[in-house]
Amino acid sequence: MNFTAAIQEEIISEFELFDDWMDKYSYIIDLGKEFGGMLDREKKDHLLVKGCQSKVWLKSDFNAGIMNFKADSDAMITKGIVALLLKVLNQKAPREILDADLFFIEKIGLKAHLSMNRSNGLMAMIQRIKSDAEKHL
Amino acid sequence: MPDLLTHIDAIREDFPILSKTINKYPLVYFDNAASTQKPKVVIDTLSEYYKNSYSNIHRGVHHLSQIGTDLYEASRKKIQSFIGAKHAHEVVFTSGTTEAINLVAQSFCKKYVQKGDHIIITELEHHSNIVPWQMAAEHYGAIIKVVPIKPDGSLHLDVFKSLLTNKVKIVALNHISNTLGVVNPIKEIIDLSHQKNIPVLIDGAQAVAHGSVDVQDLDADFYCFSAHKLFGPTGVGVLYGKEKYLNAIPPYKGGGDMIKTVKFEQTTYNDLPFKFEAGTPNIAGVIAFKSAIEYVENIGFAFIQKQEDLLLNYATTALENIEGLTIYGTAKQKASVISFTVKGIHPYDLGTLLDQQGFALRTGKHCTEPLLDALGVDSTLRASFSFYNTIDEIDRFVTALNKCITILA
Ligand SMILES: Cc1ncc(COP(=O)(O)O)c(C=O)c1O
Repeated sequence: MNFTAAIQEEIISEFELFDDWMDKYSYIIDLGKEFGGMLDREKKDHLLVKGCQSKVWLKSDFNAGIMNFKADSDAMITKGIVALLLKVLNQKAPREILDADLFFIEKIGLKAHLSMNRSNGLMAMIQRIKSDAEKHL
Repeated sequence: MPDLLTHIDAIREDFPILSKTINKYPLVYFDNAASTQKPKVVIDTLSEYYKNSYSNIHRGVHHLSQIGTDLYEASRKKIQSFIGAKHAHEVVFTSGTTEAINLVAQSFCKKYVQKGDHIIITELEHHSNIVPWQMAAEHYGAIIKVVPIKPDGSLHLDVFKSLLTNKVKIVALNHISNTLGVVNPIKEIIDLSHQKNIPVLIDGAQAVAHGSVDVQDLDADFYCFSAHKLFGPTGVGVLYGKEKYLNAIPPYKGGGDMIKTVKFEQTTYNDLPFKFEAGTPNIAGVIAFKSAIEYVENIGFAFIQKQEDLLLNYATTALENIEGLTIYGTAKQKASVISFTVKGIHPYDLGTLLDQQGFALRTGKHCTEPLLDALGVDSTLRASFSFYNTIDEIDRFVTALNKCITILA
């Protein structure tokens, strides 16, 4: 099993601890609260991910063959979701990011649980992470 | 009030969806400003019509077509009396408020609006009472003037008066704001406009479910609303227009039913209201709309207003007690709509967690982006009540909201 798959398995087993979606959301919210985020002055408009009802900023740089992402959101659940995505995809080589099959989203039932808007937002974030990585292949 | 309570219990049984559970929680439906739920009579009328009487209307000599036509026209008559229109042919069926406004914006402007003319709207408008006017204004070179709001969400009437110059060709505003619930003084606005011979279009989408409307008493020139916000089916709306205006303005869609004769050299249009009803309409929807109105009339606006005022006041007081909560739209005259935010928490987060517990609210800009800009807020949560909602639901809502705030704080 590759590394991103291993982290995803870990996330899946963490979510299995909760049987109620309120608890799962509490967990996502806690992830959001613990997540570093960005400084206000870093939250530039050109970093906004389009297609989210809440604001999401995503910034990347490429160093020594590795992608580094920073992100933030004005909504806590969204921030928690970004934190989850970056748990899997941050500090990886571009190729690994592009090839990553994000099966955990299906498995933890996240997508089915998000409103249409938020689910589109989630897809938009993944797309941004992948397209940023693609520039450094 | 035990009487009221038993009455509400009985009413709730008329709405099959209200006994649903969402994520194992009983559904609490507080999104009535977006659309209202349907009583069983409406659902039954739809399915009965498709089962027993369906065919196209206004076209056939055969039995079923005749029945359908009669039912469809009976609906028009019902709406005529419901809104107090002088003639049944002043009631035009559309697909909704949006289409009704687009029709007027296109056809009225084609006839009456020229380069440099003004069209007055307000900061409170739904996008569907902004964009159609922008499109027409762009086409005819007109200028849109906007009446601003005061901090409590009510309109600046002084500014309105100062905008009412002889350049103004039409005034368009809503009766009740979908985002704030603020009730506008439309009678006064119509009077002021008429003193200068300027016609007024009222977007009544939010108003018709909350109280009786009499278009003749208001002297409205156009009044638009949607069936789906009045316990009826989706895809049906009404444009009421004064006969003189409907006769004067051109049709905006061409097709079957709207013509008298068609020759390649020249076509003559049909009489009102058919001139504006090209193509096969939402026959079943229109017919079932009559059932919805009868249902509302049966319950009665006296009861509806009493119950909605009770819910609005109770919920407003309960929400005001929550620390950091701000209610937008605090004008005296309000319908049962509460828009609010909680300091430091994104409305979207609250909406998501509330949804987990069965509460259906709307979050976002509510199709009123310019209004939210004017209020200086990015998005709000909106709870909107109907007569089938209960004090108990509000109590559970406030408890759930407090729980969500604790999780998110
Ligand atoms: C004030 C107001 N105007 C217009 C509309 C548009 O109504 P519809 O979508 O039924 O055409 C709505 C509904 O959202 C509304 O609340």
